Amino acid sequence: MGIGLWMVLAVVAILVLWVIGLYNGLVGARNQVRNSWSQIDVQLKRRHDLIPNLIETVKGYVQHERGTLENLTQARSQAMNATTVGDKARAEAQLSGALGRLLAVVENYPDLKANTNFLSLQEELSSTENRIAFARQNYNDQVLSYNNKIQMFPSNVIATSFHFKAEEYFELEDQAQKEVPKVKFS
Amino acid sequence: MWEIIEANKRKSFFLLIGMGFCLITLGYALGEAFFPPEGGILGIALASSIWFIMSLVSFFSGDQILLSVSRAKEVTREIHPQLFNIVEEMKIAAHLPAMPRIFIMDEEAPNAFATGRKPERSAVAVTTGLLSRLNRDELQGVIAHEMSHILNRDILFMTLAGIMLGSIVLISDTFLRVRIRSSGSSPRYRARSSGSGQAQAIMFLVALLLLILAPIAARLLYFALSRRREYLADASGARLTRYPEGLASALQKIADSVVELPTANRVTAPMYIVNPFGARSMGFSGFLSTHPPVRERIQILRSMAGGASYASYQNAFASVMGRHVPIIPPSGLKDAGEISVRKPSVEEAKKQDAKSKARGLGDLTRVLNQFAFLTCVCGLRIKVPPDFKQPKIVCPKCLTSLQNPFQGRVQGGENLPQEYVRQSHNWESFSCRCGKLIQLSPAFSGSNVECTNCGQKILIENALAVPS
Repeated sequence: MGIGLWMVLAVVAILVLWVIGLYNGLVGARNQVRNSWSQIDVQLKRRHDLIPNLIETVKGYVQHERGTLENLTQARSQAMNATTVGDKARAEAQLSGALGRLLAVVENYPDLKANTNFLSLQEELSSTENRIAFARQNYNDQVLSYNNKIQMFPSNVIATSFHFKAEEYFELEDQAQKEVPKVKFS
Repeated sequence: MWEIIEANKRKSFFLLIGMGFCLITLGYALGEAFFPPEGGILGIALASSIWFIMSLVSFFSGDQILLSVSRAKEVTREIHPQLFNIVEEMKIAAHLPAMPRIFIMDEEAPNAFATGRKPERSAVAVTTGLLSRLNRDELQGVIAHEMSHILNRDILFMTLAGIMLGSIVLISDTFLRVRIRSSGSSPRYRARSSGSGQAQAIMFLVALLLLILAPIAARLLYFALSRRREYLADASGARLTRYPEGLASALQKIADSVVELPTANRVTAPMYIVNPFGARSMGFSGFLSTHPPVRERIQILRSMAGGASYASYQNAFASVMGRHVPIIPPSGLKDAGEISVRKPSVEEAKKQDAKSKARGLGDLTRVLNQFAFLTCVCGLRIKVPPDFKQPKIVCPKCLTSLQNPFQGRVQGGENLPQEYVRQSHNWESFSCRCGKLIQLSPAFSGSNVECTNCGQKILIENALAVPS
């Protein structure tokens, strides 16, 4: 066997290793995206779990706001049934809006605002809003770096041949700002 | 974010090698000068074994030592739900693999530190003074700064570098003292013939020079990197929270406090968010300080001009300091587009008056010191010190005989679920069947707690009726 053949083999081996490295990098990035998505899911579920508690605490005080409470319950069940990223973003924006309206209504009930149970729920709710925002921030960062890998040379060649698809960003806030009043805890 | 961690690791590695080189040279020169002719190897062996033992100790129990020296007490979620919420928010933002443990130090001085050699096993500690002074956004800024230290592996690095510095200082201090005491009359040195004596005299001078210079050089290097890491943690903190003003105003409040932290010392000082000897070190020149001047840190954070990215911080740094120092590794400046700052969270409108805030802080302090709380049927709150052993307590106001919370107040038998009925919206204490005291904070809203000692689940009933 000549030296030439060995060199060709070596080059092929290096190429194969390089492709494996790129492929693994893409898989790693995609897993990070999925992991971050599950983080958002955990926090959204936390919000869904808090709402019945909130309604339970509030309903004794705000008898004349039945409509607001029903809206909130409905928005919650819609948000819980949404599946795709886009649907979820829309449903969660609706839910944020309904929640914001209820908390705006609460302003008129000083007794309720002084209730310790309500105060601690309020802290839990504002923390949940923050968690969703931070989880979303992290998810979008991960999507950005994954999508960059898919679109940039040379990893885009591997991405197209192994069917890696670009992921969707989770835009909650912008939609919420367009459609509904902002959630305010005051 | 992640590129910065990699750049940081590389830089730390080179710095540690540099300091290690310092240490070995020092050991070699000392050995050659004092124990010729084969002393060089001996010196190296001695220097590196001192370093090795110190590293091992700090690597495996450094965080425990730090936490116990600063008298930090681990707290559960029930004791301060808001602090737990904020830490968890930042854990999510920083994508940390595990939730850090949370400690509170019973100190009036506002300060905080993080520890733990890897993100999987970390801890954050804050003082009660910090909790009483800061609002939610400011506390979030401080926690984000500490999380950045964990995320950037600053703690591991600062510990290793600190140990290296410590070894160098220890060796040179010891030898300088020995030299001064024997005042240059080394019998080995004088017994030499003039030929090799000359070479040794040179070696001796070199060793003396190194003894004086090595600690200074190592210190300068260490302090410069420590300061840079503080800036970087500020930048990461602003990026994580998307709200630089929170951290800026927290730093302002910490700097404005005149109280000193008695539990901090020269070794632990670099770990804190702001130099705990604030007032004393004001006159210090910048080169010998582990922390950048707080005023500059605040000014940089406030000049970020509506951005929260690393690039905004780097620009703000250049405009405030009037010089360009690469605080952020170039790979971190590649953020896609500008990151905009979020709006401040609207603080709870209930303006806590100073008195109720002071009482809340006093209660927190008592919780940390294992006091139990008892609400009498007449409404009087009784605080029971941990060494109170009598089974009954007589209310000083209405003379009702109450059960000592340390003796247990949980209802339910062997096979029935344990249950506790809540009496008030203040702190309440009761004992688990295993004897462990459980504290419920005013903010507690769950339906059960788990005993931290035996793992038993205890149902919490609320006796305070909600109007229907």
